[in-house]
Amino acid sequence: MKQGPSRRTPLFHIAKRDRMRPAAAWGVRVGAFVLALLLNALFVWCVVRVDPLTFYRTMLRGAFGSSSYLWATFKATAKLLCIAVALAPAFKMRFWNIGAEGQVLIGGMAAAFVMYHYTSLPTPVLFLLMIVCSLLAGGIWGLIPAFFKAKLNTNETLFTLMMNYIATQIVLYFYNEWRGIRSALGMLNSSTKVGWFSSLWGGTSDGSLLQNEDFWFIVIVAVLTVLMYFYLRSTKHGYEIAVVGESGNTARYAGIHVNKVLLRTMILSGAICGFCGFLTVSSQSHTISSEMAGGYGFTAIIVAWLSKFNTFTMAGVALLIVALEKGAALMSNTYGTLGFSAPAADVMVGVMLLVVIGSEFFIQYRVMRSHAGKEAETV
Amino acid sequence: MSEPNCTVIRLQNVTKTFGDVVANHDITMEIRSGEILSLLGENGSGKTTLMNLLAGIYYPDSGDIFVRGERVSIRSPQDAHRLGIGMIHQHFKLVEVFTPVENIVLGLREPYNPAAAEKKIGEICRTYGFSLDLKCRVRDMSVSQKQTLEIVKALYRGAEILILDEPTAVLTPQESDKLFEVLRNMRRDGKAVVIITHKLHEVLSVSDRVAILRKGEYIDTVETAKATEQSLTEMMVGKRVELNIERPPVERREKRLQVAHLSCRGRDGVTALSDVSFEAYGGEILGIAGISGCGQKELLESIAGLQKTEPGSEILYTGPDGKTESLLGKSAKQIRALGVSLSFVPEDRLGMGLVGGMGMTENMLLRHYAEGRSPLTRTRPSRQLAEKVRTDLEVVTPSLRTPVRRLSGGNVQKVLVGREIASEPAVLMTAYAVRGLDINTSYTIYRLLNEQKRKGVAVLYVGEDLDVLLALCDRILVLCGGRVTGVVDAAGTTKEEIGYLMTKQNGTEADAV
Repeated sequence: MKQGPSRRTPLFHIAKRDRMRPAAAWGVRVGAFVLALLLNALFVWCVVRVDPLTFYRTMLRGAFGSSSYLWATFKATAKLLCIAVALAPAFKMRFWNIGAEGQVLIGGMAAAFVMYHYTSLPTPVLFLLMIVCSLLAGGIWGLIPAFFKAKLNTNETLFTLMMNYIATQIVLYFYNEWRGIRSALGMLNSSTKVGWFSSLWGGTSDGSLLQNEDFWFIVIVAVLTVLMYFYLRSTKHGYEIAVVGESGNTARYAGIHVNKVLLRTMILSGAICGFCGFLTVSSQSHTISSEMAGGYGFTAIIVAWLSKFNTFTMAGVALLIVALEKGAALMSNTYGTLGFSAPAADVMVGVMLLVVIGSEFFIQYRVMRSHAGKEAETV
Repeated sequence: MSEPNCTVIRLQNVTKTFGDVVANHDITMEIRSGEILSLLGENGSGKTTLMNLLAGIYYPDSGDIFVRGERVSIRSPQDAHRLGIGMIHQHFKLVEVFTPVENIVLGLREPYNPAAAEKKIGEICRTYGFSLDLKCRVRDMSVSQKQTLEIVKALYRGAEILILDEPTAVLTPQESDKLFEVLRNMRRDGKAVVIITHKLHEVLSVSDRVAILRKGEYIDTVETAKATEQSLTEMMVGKRVELNIERPPVERREKRLQVAHLSCRGRDGVTALSDVSFEAYGGEILGIAGISGCGQKELLESIAGLQKTEPGSEILYTGPDGKTESLLGKSAKQIRALGVSLSFVPEDRLGMGLVGGMGMTENMLLRHYAEGRSPLTRTRPSRQLAEKVRTDLEVVTPSLRTPVRRLSGGNVQKVLVGREIASEPAVLMTAYAVRGLDINTSYTIYRLLNEQKRKGVAVLYVGEDLDVLLALCDRILVLCGGRVTGVVDAAGTTKEEIGYLMTKQNGTEADAV
């Protein structure tokens, strides 16, 4: 009882910052980026003994080194961005939609179903039907968890996550059904090109930009990005989403019907994911697989968060993440024989994200050396 | 253990900052045993932060704390306990489902022996004159009982230095007097008592010395006997302040609101209001008094269309044009669509009245964003309004886009009140409109409410400070446990009468309903 408290002062303590100047904040972020590069260099040196400069040059080449690498990078960026844009309204409403992966799958599934079964429809009608079905499928996939959230206040994070597995299994079912006795499904309508983007200009390409499936994919996503930016910023819907996200009570006070906004926004979020599924099937994969979304439904969550739900920032963040990924992929191709495998590449991407996201802590808080009796200094 | 009137705690050049905000700057002061010290200052002057440094909640950036002459480092509430420092926070730290005894021994490193604990608690209660029912659960206790429990808890742990943060904010005048009696007993027993407060009459009636803080700076410590309300205010605010609240005479009195047999249930299903009936008139300020949580919130929210009411309730609005509409069962948007201009300044400013993450401009949009048929929001009118509110009410903000959450409490309230008044309401409802505001801002709010009254607006003012209610309002409606226990004329009543109505239990009536 009488044993007094220790007289030793703690070495460090943490205090919340009021606000950091934007320039300083960016300084911290860039510093974190550089630190991540150094850590990765160390990691690579330990694994394959390649000198960091050569190594990063390989990485850059993997992302931007040739026109085919460049297209692959931009194509993947567009897909990731598309999903992140779809998540933006939901996240801004503080509805944690972890189900983008499933919403993309189910949208792609719906589009593929149409192009598999209605091959005889005229092209414009077919495309319209594919688009409508993918929007509906994705929208419904997003609506279900929102409905239960509104009625029973279920946890949307778990709910949307579980919906992913259902979507995956549905796709697998059709995959096996359509595959029949073949070893793999292969591309749908590969001879007729029905439902492919390329069928819009006759199935063959003259090599120009306007007859490039990937180009149109990127253009459409760019348009979506701009539209979503203005939807969130300047429309009444966007305003409602922002208010509901900040405080349900404030929304009710303003006369906003909270559940209506919730359902509407999740239909929108799911529908854009579904649309992304359509784009993937029609312009990239031309088939279905449970890997159609490629994990981007989850990566997009990080993109949306890092960008603070600003869709233009999302474009930059998505490019950075994809570039890392593509660069690391070439690394594992080049140095695979030395022991640098694909998982090692994933480790690098992980280190990068961890350090960059972790740096936000130092923007929010400062760590101070405790000097009893003296002025505290900022470290 | 301690001799009367010797220094038990000394703060030496203590500084604590939060980001750019200096909560305490270079403070040197002392606390003595056998006396009651008031720590006086406006909201945001750093009183609570300073005491939290002693209670082990925060750690000072620099400076030293001496307890009984020895330099100490208080790194946790446990350290504070060991030094005999007990703090009763504004928000009680009790486990609701536990009994008082369980709460008191919780966390102590001694074998759990309820009988022995009860005996010791009984002794403490007898010594200082507490009355504490040990047989119930904390969740069934009144606020004043919970506070008593917190004090007993601190004493049980051997506290020699007791710090109470705004202890009377939640008490009726009678309960406050009882508390002061207990504090005097503790003083007689040689304990050091610190009360954090901004109520001057309490300072004068209970304390021996007053330490004054202003904007994080230590101003002075004076003997209470040599101080007056005026002198203390000047030290607290830093300049001369006129302390009279104006009450202009009622000119034209027109019925605006008629509430009849209003009943509703709170979020937990418990009856929050039962059979409330009253009228509110344009051109007068109707005060609503009561211990907090007696249905004030539900009453205003029912009228604003935010609270479901029970069958049989009636809320009628009569506009200046003589048309009468029922507001019952309508949402805030539907009420506005009827052409009823009802303004509401809710208690929870950033959680209900405003959107904390948005700037002034976007907050001005909140009530009117849906107007017009275009799918786009129109920001120009709200930017102009924001600019006007900023100049008229002297809102201090770096820019109209700065999130209002970053503004000080007073400025947040100015933004909210400014917006609600700008819509030229016929009825203006305010809940705790001056809570947490400094004296100057409070008087600005009183002035604005009086302006509205002169314009013929029916003002509903839910308040907690009885002195203000008596000075500002024309009539005062008193709520107790969700029912109306009286409507009195403010000019012809006393604090004691209202205090009595605030605790009046109508047992027979309650059974009949």
